[in-house]
Amino acid sequence: MNLHEYQGKQLFAEYGLPVSRGFAVDTPEEAAAAAEKIGGDMWVVKAQVHAGGRGKAGGVKLVKTAEEIRDFAEKWLGKHLVTYQTDANGQPVSKILVETCTDIADELYLGAVVDRASRRIVFMASTEGGVEIEKVAEETPEKILRATIDPLVGAQPYQGRELAFKLGLKGDQIKQFVKIFLGLAQMFEDKDLALIEINPLVITEAGDLHCLDAKIGVDGNALYRQKALQEMQDPSQEDAREAHAAKWDLNYVALDGSIGCMVNGAGLAMGTMDIVALHGGFPANFLDVGGGATKERVAEAFKIILSDDNVKAVLINIFGGIVRCDLIAEGVIGAVEEIGVNVPVVVRLEGNNAELGRKALADSGLNIIAASSLTDAAQRAVEAAGGAAK
Amino acid sequence: MSILIDKNTRVICQGFTGSQGTFHSEQAIEYGTKMVGGVTPGKGGQEHLGLPVFNTVADAVVTTGADASVIYVPAPFCKDSILEAANSGVQLIVCITEGIPTLDMLEAKIRCDELGVRLIGPNCPGVITPGECKIGIMPASIHLPGKVGIVSRSGTLTYEAVKQTTDAGFGQSTCVGIGGDPIPGSNFIDILAMFQDDPATEAIVMIGEIGGTAEEEAAAYIKANVSKPVVSYIAGVTAPKGKRMGHAGAIISGGKGTADEKFAALEDAGVKTVRSLAQIADGLAEITGW
Repeated sequence: MNLHEYQGKQLFAEYGLPVSRGFAVDTPEEAAAAAEKIGGDMWVVKAQVHAGGRGKAGGVKLVKTAEEIRDFAEKWLGKHLVTYQTDANGQPVSKILVETCTDIADELYLGAVVDRASRRIVFMASTEGGVEIEKVAEETPEKILRATIDPLVGAQPYQGRELAFKLGLKGDQIKQFVKIFLGLAQMFEDKDLALIEINPLVITEAGDLHCLDAKIGVDGNALYRQKALQEMQDPSQEDAREAHAAKWDLNYVALDGSIGCMVNGAGLAMGTMDIVALHGGFPANFLDVGGGATKERVAEAFKIILSDDNVKAVLINIFGGIVRCDLIAEGVIGAVEEIGVNVPVVVRLEGNNAELGRKALADSGLNIIAASSLTDAAQRAVEAAGGAAK
Repeated sequence: MSILIDKNTRVICQGFTGSQGTFHSEQAIEYGTKMVGGVTPGKGGQEHLGLPVFNTVADAVVTTGADASVIYVPAPFCKDSILEAANSGVQLIVCITEGIPTLDMLEAKIRCDELGVRLIGPNCPGVITPGECKIGIMPASIHLPGKVGIVSRSGTLTYEAVKQTTDAGFGQSTCVGIGGDPIPGSNFIDILAMFQDDPATEAIVMIGEIGGTAEEEAAAYIKANVSKPVVSYIAGVTAPKGKRMGHAGAIISGGKGTADEKFAALEDAGVKTVRSLAQIADGLAEITGW
């Protein structure tokens, strides 16, 4: 789960990290009023979406008058911001962050992730702030500095100092950096984070460090014990079908193909998408109905898959482990009857009671194609959806 | 021979009297697994499925001589359960539960390593040595004692590989689900090393998926250390970047962890890769001449 910039900065402020004074607002009037409350004669207005690349897309602007602020807010509130990180529809903007303006002498990068290979929280810092860090990692990996956190004793000041000196910081900046580093490490553990990025971490003209952006990812598995963060969740930033599926404990990810997929198990769901593509088709989605696929869940999964107008055929691939395939078949038949599926449905059942399941499908009199194998199922689904891509 | 577990492995279950623990323990007993008891705090002294229930893992180990524990407790309590088992003298912990916070696993994993306890999972189907011992939620009926070692990050993809190797008559030495989380208790390399040393394992199937670099690290390990034939399939060629595909660990982040990179690394290591998951047994037949 991701947080908005303004939410991340609220967390930063809780941990005593230097952030700009600002207000997240919902209307042009509030935006103008926020600038007045902040004072000064120049502000930054930033559209709040879960995506990077906002500046280049026009979602961040330096403004000097209340009128400019209102114009910016009117332009973006209720609209979608398209950046290189979003899909073609972009992300909806429902809040604008109005902040004090910070003069920038230099831009650094500071981030932290759980590194899977070393199984530790690892901090990364770089003098190449303000640009895509993935690009820096690719082109000039030597410019990325690392510090690995010992899980038993936590982050230590010397690790912050090491990074600070290597970044070329001087004097009071060293102390400031160590404070930011230790604060972030504490926050990472307290809040069950998966990712923190400050890009850029700027050095102001006065020579002070300042967190100009805040990107925070929270471990979804830990939300049960992070109630405050859970409440910061913004469903408008997620695909509507994905959010709906999540309510039914279905894992759904929308893709742009024409073959809807319903599968039990995440790995098999990916494998099914891949085999569809291997036979010249395009999967419309990833969908894992989970181990306990009941009639109700199968019906709901059908509805979600069919709410995508691009779907020309549905491929159901179930490996009945503990679940009995004849029960799954009944669920499929029930769902097809109940919601009136009008695209071809190809079903591959394997495992527990698969024979009984196939027989039930064949006897149902519905437009259900029972496939004899996984390869057969993929080929038939591609055919049903209009044939393989040339 | 086999790896990790065999007919002599004495198994207890944590979360024994819960619905998952009960159902899967019944199945395990029916399969012939030497279940020797279970743990549910507060229910010590009772009997469940004809076996003794203990309040603590330590009690269970002392009384039954258990050397493995399978965990079915809910995610918020798993770190505690793993640490309890690790400190109570079992050699092997298999954690089935999905949804454990990553930072919990980070600490649990470190402790297990320090204590020299082998942890499999979490978020996995478990481990089975066909015909001898089943610890986990995999369907028993598809397995056949035999000569292929299977290791996988995905439960249902393991079942596909099992079914294919059973239908082809090859059978399995041991099947290990290492789980779909970013911080697994054991990784591919841990299991590959055991298969390489196991006389009963004549060939290895390794099933990976997008996210992280475990397959790339495994490829380097295979190149240097594994002389047995290895067939590999990686799921997620068509998965979009930045989206979590069901498993917490199955995500391409920062452009890293794609299936294509993993296929390339494995091919470079001399592994036989198959692009269709329906061709795992065919791939095995091709490189082994079976």
